[in-house]
Amino acid sequence: MIKKMKLIFFLFTVFYLFSTGISAQQQRFPKPEFESGYEQPSTITPEPRALALEYFDVLVLLVVLSLATWLALKKRSRQGILWLSVFTLIYFGFYRNGCICSIGAIQNVTLSFADPGYAISLTALLFFILPLAFTLFFGRTFCAGACPLGAIQDLVIFKPLSLPKWLNKTLGIIPYIYLSLAVLFAATGTDFIICRYDPFVGIFRMDAKFHMVVLGISFLLMGMFVARPYCRFFCPYGVLLSWMSRFSRWHLTITPARCIQCKLCTNSCPFDAIDFPTNEKEVVKSGLGPKKFLTYALLIPLWMIMGIFAGERSHTWLSKANQDVYLAELLISNPEMKNDPDNIDVQTFLASGKTMETLVQEAEVIRRKFYFGSMIAGGFIGLVVGMTLLNTVVFRKRQDFEPHKGNCVSCGRCMDYCPVEK
Amino acid sequence: MEDNSRSKNRREFIQSGMRLSLALALGSVSGLALSKVVKDEYVWQIDPFECTQCGRCATECVMTPSAVKCVHAYDLCGYCDLCGGYFKPDANQLSTAAENQLCPTAAIERRFIEEPYFEYIINEDLCIGCAKCVEGCTAFGNGSLHLQIIHDICLNCNECAIARVCPSNAIKRVKAENSYLIKGDFSKEQES
Repeated sequence: MIKKMKLIFFLFTVFYLFSTGISAQQQRFPKPEFESGYEQPSTITPEPRALALEYFDVLVLLVVLSLATWLALKKRSRQGILWLSVFTLIYFGFYRNGCICSIGAIQNVTLSFADPGYAISLTALLFFILPLAFTLFFGRTFCAGACPLGAIQDLVIFKPLSLPKWLNKTLGIIPYIYLSLAVLFAATGTDFIICRYDPFVGIFRMDAKFHMVVLGISFLLMGMFVARPYCRFFCPYGVLLSWMSRFSRWHLTITPARCIQCKLCTNSCPFDAIDFPTNEKEVVKSGLGPKKFLTYALLIPLWMIMGIFAGERSHTWLSKANQDVYLAELLISNPEMKNDPDNIDVQTFLASGKTMETLVQEAEVIRRKFYFGSMIAGGFIGLVVGMTLLNTVVFRKRQDFEPHKGNCVSCGRCMDYCPVEK
Repeated sequence: MEDNSRSKNRREFIQSGMRLSLALALGSVSGLALSKVVKDEYVWQIDPFECTQCGRCATECVMTPSAVKCVHAYDLCGYCDLCGGYFKPDANQLSTAAENQLCPTAAIERRFIEEPYFEYIINEDLCIGCAKCVEGCTAFGNGSLHLQIIHDICLNCNECAIARVCPSNAIKRVKAENSYLIKGDFSKEQES
């Protein structure tokens, strides 16, 4: 009996080897005709989340955004914003598991421009646009009340330290680099790095790979002393929001009426986002002047050229993140890998019947995209570095204590410290 | 005083100019994206004809256990006694004893129907999506067992963590209304 079985198996194997490709999907054994009245069960296919619920999420976002704006600008209630962010954390964080989110939607929008075959869903597009549009008019109220990642960090702030200005500025360049890389990787169809390295999504899902759990918890621990570390020094969407917020029409103000220069709010902001009145004597002493401004302005093209050069140099390395490029490179540099039965990627490629030439051609197309993409990204980062430096020598006259419109997340903490009545 | 108000005017002019251009930029980005927008939601699904049963679905999904499960297209099943998806190739006996089973979690139930037919039912709560049975069924049988992403478990991540590492690019975005690519009816669709 056993021998017979083994023979049958052997025959099948031989049969299989000769017939793959032609009859791999053929019905080898006919469907039986049952006599005992057996009824075939049907395959169970649970439906995905209803489309209406996805639109409901957009509605919730819209309501939360409006509410956060009203609480920050009109009601001027820190308490209200706090409870709103708790709701956001529960709804968009723990209930919706951190997906869909506006930060990740950057990549969907990018991919929809870069890949003609990809159609963006309306919900993803709205999640991208709505917060930006709100910020253009009302400042970053999205960060204060509608972002689950911001909410979880805001709730763990324990003893925020004030970082020195140079450190704030230097670390502030990281989001620009992150944004350029995310756009580059999304546009080349390589990876969605914002989603993959989202430190808090594992906490929302209560399930993640070990290194992501470590990352998430360390961000939260760091967040006890350096307030909102992800928002300030990593969030790529924060870059876009801060551009919008800088020119927002109505922005949260510390005082409801006139600033009386009482300095009570100076230590209230955990994010170092309050600008102090300018001390003209100090400005004169520091030697800021048109000369320095001009030098720094002329240095910007140099920074950009350096960035483009760095991008050009690193494009080969960056492109290896793409699976096709990686595989082609591996097979060219180590042809002996073809005999490695444990390398799933190589074995699947060999079994697929695709020729080496097509693979290399495809990889070259992607690498070419990386070549231009990395240079653009490098130039952009160079521009950002140059502008950041230029900003340090620009002198803006300020008489009152004001929130820095770009960095302020409209959390409303400072409003509680202002003794001025309406 | 006049000088002050002039500089204030200038500042406001620049501000509103920048605001307008940012609004235009945002508008054009959304307008361009709107031209490609679809009302349907997309979900991830495995094309069973491209799946190579590499086993990564079991390990790469953000869910533990994976949202990928083995499903049974009963229409294709031959109801074999010697099931390549159920038994190890070197099985001692055609019995339900654990040592004969290919499935590491014993998620397949084998039931006698009538001579010589046996029914195989997947217990999805136990299935981890390792594709061992799929491999056996595709190699020796009709290929009625195959992997699918089960949508009440799948979180529909923005980018599927398995799709990124799938060696045959078998995981694709499909419209939410046709969210399964079950082998039987799916192959009919392809022919037409």
